[in-house]
Amino acid sequence: MSVAIDVPASRSREHDEAIARARAKARSKSLGPGVRTGIQAIVIVIWCLLPFYWMIVTAFRETSYTYDTALWPTHVTFDNFTTALSTDLGNHLGRALLNSLFIGAVVTVVALAVGTTAAYALARLEFKGKSLIAGLILAASMFPGVALITPLFQLFTNIGWYGQYQTLILPAISFVLPLTVYTLTSFLREMPWDLEEAARIDGCTRIGAFRRVILPLAAPAIFTTAILAFISSWNEYLISSQLASEATQPVTVAIAGFQGSLPHVEPYTTVMAAGTIVTIPLVILVLIFQRRIVAGLTAGGVKG
Amino acid sequence: MSAVAQAPSGTTGPARRKGGLNEKHGQWAVWLIGPTLLALAIVIGYPVVSAVIQSFQSDAQHIDPTTGALVGGGFAGFENYLHWILQQCAAGGKTIACAPGTLGASFWTSIGNSLFFTVVTVVLETVIGFWMAIIMNRAFKGRALVRAAILVPWAIPTAVTAKLWYFIFASAGIVNAVIGAKILWTSDEWASRFAIVIADTWKTTPFMALLILAGLQLIPEEVYEAGKMDGAGAFQRFFRITLPLVRPALMVAVLFRTLDALRMYDLPAILTNCGGGRGDATTTLSCLVVDQVRQGYSSASALSTITFILIFVVAFIFVRFLGANVVQTQANQQKGILR
Amino acid sequence: MRTKRLVLTAGIALVGLALAGCSSSSGGGGGGTDTSGHGPITYVQGKDNSNIVRPLVAEWNAAHPKEKVTFKEQSDKADQQHDDLVQHFQAKSTDYDVVAVDVVWTAEFAAKGWLQPLEGDLKLNTSKLLPATVAAATYNDKLYAAPETSDGGMLYYRTDLVKTPPKTWADMMKDCSIAKTAGIACYAGQFDKYEGLTVNASEAINGAGGKVLTKDGKPDVTSAKAKEGMQNLVDAFKDGNIPAEAITYNEEAGRTAFESGKLMFLRNWPYVYSLAKTDASSVIKDKFDVAPLPGVDGIGASTLGGHSWGVSSYSKNKGTAHDFLEFMLTEKTQKFFASKSLAPVLTSLYDDPEIVKAQPYIPTLKESILSAVPRPVTPFYPAVTKAIQDNAYAALKGTDVDTALKDMATAIDSASS
Repeated sequence: MSVAIDVPASRSREHDEAIARARAKARSKSLGPGVRTGIQAIVIVIWCLLPFYWMIVTAFRETSYTYDTALWPTHVTFDNFTTALSTDLGNHLGRALLNSLFIGAVVTVVALAVGTTAAYALARLEFKGKSLIAGLILAASMFPGVALITPLFQLFTNIGWYGQYQTLILPAISFVLPLTVYTLTSFLREMPWDLEEAARIDGCTRIGAFRRVILPLAAPAIFTTAILAFISSWNEYLISSQLASEATQPVTVAIAGFQGSLPHVEPYTTVMAAGTIVTIPLVILVLIFQRRIVAGLTAGGVKG
Repeated sequence: MSAVAQAPSGTTGPARRKGGLNEKHGQWAVWLIGPTLLALAIVIGYPVVSAVIQSFQSDAQHIDPTTGALVGGGFAGFENYLHWILQQCAAGGKTIACAPGTLGASFWTSIGNSLFFTVVTVVLETVIGFWMAIIMNRAFKGRALVRAAILVPWAIPTAVTAKLWYFIFASAGIVNAVIGAKILWTSDEWASRFAIVIADTWKTTPFMALLILAGLQLIPEEVYEAGKMDGAGAFQRFFRITLPLVRPALMVAVLFRTLDALRMYDLPAILTNCGGGRGDATTTLSCLVVDQVRQGYSSASALSTITFILIFVVAFIFVRFLGANVVQTQANQQKGILR
Repeated sequence: MRTKRLVLTAGIALVGLALAGCSSSSGGGGGGTDTSGHGPITYVQGKDNSNIVRPLVAEWNAAHPKEKVTFKEQSDKADQQHDDLVQHFQAKSTDYDVVAVDVVWTAEFAAKGWLQPLEGDLKLNTSKLLPATVAAATYNDKLYAAPETSDGGMLYYRTDLVKTPPKTWADMMKDCSIAKTAGIACYAGQFDKYEGLTVNASEAINGAGGKVLTKDGKPDVTSAKAKEGMQNLVDAFKDGNIPAEAITYNEEAGRTAFESGKLMFLRNWPYVYSLAKTDASSVIKDKFDVAPLPGVDGIGASTLGGHSWGVSSYSKNKGTAHDFLEFMLTEKTQKFFASKSLAPVLTSLYDDPEIVKAQPYIPTLKESILSAVPRPVTPFYPAVTKAIQDNAYAALKGTDVDTALKDMATAIDSASS
């Protein structure tokens, strides 16, 4: 990597001791940095969660008191949650949630697989027309989504895929591919390819070397890209609203279809309850996988 | 995308050593990139080509006096494009400048709005996202919860977020109650623009933070310590070590965020009905496309193509001048050909 | 080299696909003319509020096992329902047989050949239905849809502050001093930049005796009467008789303001009545009533709302569709609608004592619908409503009314050329 500051090639004992001293000094420097980080962390959490807090307060508030501006929970009720989950009026939030999770999982896995191979080619191989291809992939993110709907609708209706899962999965994959490919390419570029070369000289195939040497190091990037892909697919609304049937509609379409008891009524509290319900699985997923995002460089095989 | 500094032909370093491997690169590439291109060709390529072809047709706009049916249509050349760019509307048999109330009249305003939203939201999200990533990168108790908390804004489905902010910014909503004013966040010219900026920043900063964090992960701790030992202060360490090393991830994040911001639709539509000010303070290009699709599909296709060209130009400037070049391989880098 | 060739061939294939795709989808021209098909059909409408349609469909399905109706619900937003229907019609899809259309879409869908004219085998008896609703479902002198429900605007007013409701706009503005003394806002309608503004602006123009379109579909908004109507709204904003925040109001925001006692007069649809009487947070439960909208010289002209049922030209089972529509137009079904707070289209029901007792606003609603003026009937309705909305909004935000109306006329002209 091209770095502006020299890193000593050999680690002498004095050098190690110097680093140990610097670390000890940083640790012992009273509460300064730790507290400052802590305060900033709290500010960030408040900024991120404050509107979400308001969403939850509204979700627990009786519908007729929707515009009540008391900051703490008042007129508390579980009605909104039961309404959101009930299937009496034809809403199937539970099923929609499962659809979203299923579609998201498939999209993520496929986009990662396909994107990683493409990223490997772009980061590692030399061939003519590479800029053109990279440009084409990027250009796929430049067209307004709404203009794609009509031709896609006609295409999928003509081949009989209307309302089926593949109609929702394929476009979601394509929407997420440019970002996936570009992110993975930029990270794969930074990998220590000399190690891969060394492994290949030692007899590994390209794929083997990739799998054993590069993949573990690229794990944080891959998990990050996985989260990006999953949440992108989770938020997808444009295509699903037109091409999903009642059985296959994801959460975004289901919530958009929430209706009040009478025409013109906007069921805010129910929508907020539904929003809370669908966010929880995602938060749990993130909590499970968050350690993988920041796995950091594992020891062994990495030179400075 | 000619920002790639191609190595002089036939002298790719490692390949030379391996003999015939370079010829096989092309073959490999076809199989590795093929699936991606296929998926994109079907889902995006086909509709785009179809839309461009449609943009050269005209919509059926004449009422047959006996049946009342709409007839007309057929080849129209560049008429649709001129309608948008030169604001040529037809009225009473003549061609006049588009009057307020037609979509054509808002064309240039919407370009300005789209660019405004893009610049402001991307700058804000980059700065705040960077800050969040740096904090997330540090080790402290409870950082798992911080990381989960940061993703919450982005994880809530867009439809719910937009409705939530509409509700927060309503004239009888919580923001006005807390600050004790009666600002019309969904209708005043600048208040509505900032309402959208705030909502979008809240929602999308996690995306930037996540990508930048992944980039920060790649910087080994020793580099910072060496820097500290060399006497570099915090600022210097940031600008000389962090920024250059995180640049690849940062550029991808900013590039894609820019492309998305230029196509912004949900927030202006739900928060302000694409209105505000005298009626088009928050109208973005995608707002116009959606409305135009209802009025005449061919004209909407022309507008989409114009939007596409605009976004392409922006992306081109980005890659060329800010060096967001992703396809330069390690080989070229190692040969000292930077950016 | 190989990759470039690959990309090139792919590109050519795409263009070929696109051209082929384009030629098979074009506007105009309806589907088959066979009207005798019988079999299962699909009925499409927006979300079923409070479970009204589902029991009816179940009843039909029990009686017609070979011609079952599948009920498909769309989103609750009118624009999205419209777009969904357009997508299916443009693709000539046979999936949709009976569709619920908003009254303003009938002309557009009929002109594009997507709705089957209800004549000959598909004829329906509309003699007992409210004339305005039948007119709204007619295009070019043919009936293209069967009226389902109606809707009219009414004036909600505070009985504790105003003893008799105002009959004219000027009277209402005079009553605003009472509101000022009581410390609340005077009047509000729907003024955000959406379809609701077209409704309110049309009501202002029609209430002053003006017209939005002439019979030939030409704009008429620059007449003196139209200007008077618009000017009334603008002046009310300027004088504070309409509160500043009303520029952001849709139906719900106005209802909330009225129910929390912060508004004296509200123009809104009938749905507010039962909610204002029963909501826990409503502070005006026993302190309000309804009256017809005030016009400039007497009763104003409410805008006609409501939905109709159309039969898709591409449907394969138009015979069943017709029978289903007849089933939905019976007095029993219409009474069921009325009991669920939807305005029926059967004229006799408005005088039915049972219904009047259950929904006290019915007599006022009848008056409102009888004097209602439909929104412009034109196949270019999306463009026309945009022309009206945008310019009315600009006028309310400070643009000179003459300029705004002139622009509105020009924009309406552009819409149809």
